[in-house]
Amino acid sequence: MKAKAKNQLLKASKATKENVIGQVITFLCATIIVTLTLAIIFFVASRGIRAFVVDHISLGQFLTGSEWNPGTKNAQGQPIAGSLPMIIGSFGVTLLAALIATPFSLAIGIYMTEYASKRMRRLIQPMIELFTGVPSVVYGFTGLMVIVPITRKLFGGTGFGILPGALVLFVMILPTITSMVVDTLQRIPVSFRQAALALGATKWQSIYLIVLRASIPGILTAIIFGMARAFGEALAVQMVIGNSPLLPTNLVSPTATLTSQLTSQIGNTIMNSVENDALWALALVLLLMSLVFNLVAKWIGKRGELK
Amino acid sequence: MNAKRIDKIARYAIQTMVAIVALILLALLSYILINGLPNASIDFIFKPSEAIKAGGGIRDQLFNSIYLLVLSMVISLPLALGAGIYLAEFAPNNWLTRLVKTLIEILSSLPSIVVGLFIYLLVVIKWQVGFSILSGAIALTVFNLPLLTSSIQNAFEAVDHKQLEAGLALGMSPWKTIKGVILPITVPSVVMAIILASGRIFGEAAALIYTSGQSAPRLDYGNLNPFSPTSPLNVMRPAETLAVHIWKLNTEGLTADSDAVSAAASAVLIIVVLLFNLMAHYLGNKLERKLTGKK
Repeated sequence: MKAKAKNQLLKASKATKENVIGQVITFLCATIIVTLTLAIIFFVASRGIRAFVVDHISLGQFLTGSEWNPGTKNAQGQPIAGSLPMIIGSFGVTLLAALIATPFSLAIGIYMTEYASKRMRRLIQPMIELFTGVPSVVYGFTGLMVIVPITRKLFGGTGFGILPGALVLFVMILPTITSMVVDTLQRIPVSFRQAALALGATKWQSIYLIVLRASIPGILTAIIFGMARAFGEALAVQMVIGNSPLLPTNLVSPTATLTSQLTSQIGNTIMNSVENDALWALALVLLLMSLVFNLVAKWIGKRGELK
Repeated sequence: MNAKRIDKIARYAIQTMVAIVALILLALLSYILINGLPNASIDFIFKPSEAIKAGGGIRDQLFNSIYLLVLSMVISLPLALGAGIYLAEFAPNNWLTRLVKTLIEILSSLPSIVVGLFIYLLVVIKWQVGFSILSGAIALTVFNLPLLTSSIQNAFEAVDHKQLEAGLALGMSPWKTIKGVILPITVPSVVMAIILASGRIFGEAAALIYTSGQSAPRLDYGNLNPFSPTSPLNVMRPAETLAVHIWKLNTEGLTADSDAVSAAASAVLIIVVLLFNLMAHYLGNKLERKLTGKK
């Protein structure tokens, strides 16, 4: 009798049990996402490293060679897998797109937070959101139909290359960068602007000397995010870049990016063949670059906080 | 030059740049709609596609897109909800939680083609599932999880902490408070997050070309046996989606009228994304008014 009563008093209540179960289940959900991320990094890395360990592609040649033909071997008996054209292609389109997009994003950001009337803001905000959601194949298709014929007419050749790729990516990452810039500018307290105006500064001086200076970390983070998106974008670029792994001679010569080479070739190779492993090495470069973009964004965020 | 003139010039320069972007975006939108809509008839949406001949539709691709969207949401929503609640409500503030958050950020910034290739390697080849709806749904789940999780986490963190304290003060367990008090408050933002994620999933193609495949076997919509290869419900059949279809038409170029079909399909895709956007705003506002009694 006494034992039973004691047991009943000390036993966890139903609510407590539910609470524990709830915590465990939600924790498991978080664990699944973490496991997935680690699994992706592990699998892609182990596949990519195979190219160097099992197939004896030399790392130096992989990073600096400009000929991509992993099926054949060079004089030293190593597969010819120089990824320089793809690396240059990827960085070329990314940097160029970010270079064009940044001033426009800043202009829209400044316009929205400093100049626009409430009604204009209500009009522009949903527009930006809509264009963030436009599927990348639609951008690629429009680029193929509109931009490639124009570059062909202006510069001759096929019209495919880094320039149309960068232009397509510019439109794609513009909404991404812009919405982050707007968030950053909005976070600058109104008192900063009021203080500048009270000292006799013009509106532009208050924007240029105070608001923009104060939001440099946020703006840089926005640009990094835009670049990460551009670097990893596959199909839109693949449709307008020309897809031949050659060193670009100018901005309108057909070349390839890491992502375009992966999308167009991996279906044509057999698992565990040298060609396939070499492509996984490209995927590894892509993965590492995405980690680098993340680290840089984190670092900027930390430095920005200190001020 | 004095400051006032610079001020004026800066103002005009900014307005011009905004106008240029607005023109580019409007031109893009109208180009797609003007070129696509004349071909996007009801007939086009409801007839099967053609591989080589002209005059194909997008019936099966559209169905595949919707089916994949629903399946991947069914898998990813509970996971994202659980993980979001854990991170917002239960996670202690220590190195492990910070690591979890960092890994989720990394996952969200991975290129979708890398996610697609990972599922291709693991599910399609290693587990021998093959190009199928199932592989595609798993790839979309991985693609969708990090962003959905962080929007749900934000939604829960935005709720006033006093709500949790009030629940605890009444003797309720944290779990009960979360389930009974905090979850209902977050419904509008969670619904908005789901709809916006749906738009993203609907237009995704890079993660799908090597998981759900690039072929669309003709489906028999009367056949509801989920194990038959022509049944629309079968999850083991390869399934080209609308976005993949547009990509494939333009890279292989075997179809006679590929430009017209891709223009029309692009218009359909844009309109669907537009609808998702409008729905998110409308439903978000409406639910918020209904659940919180705000005017």
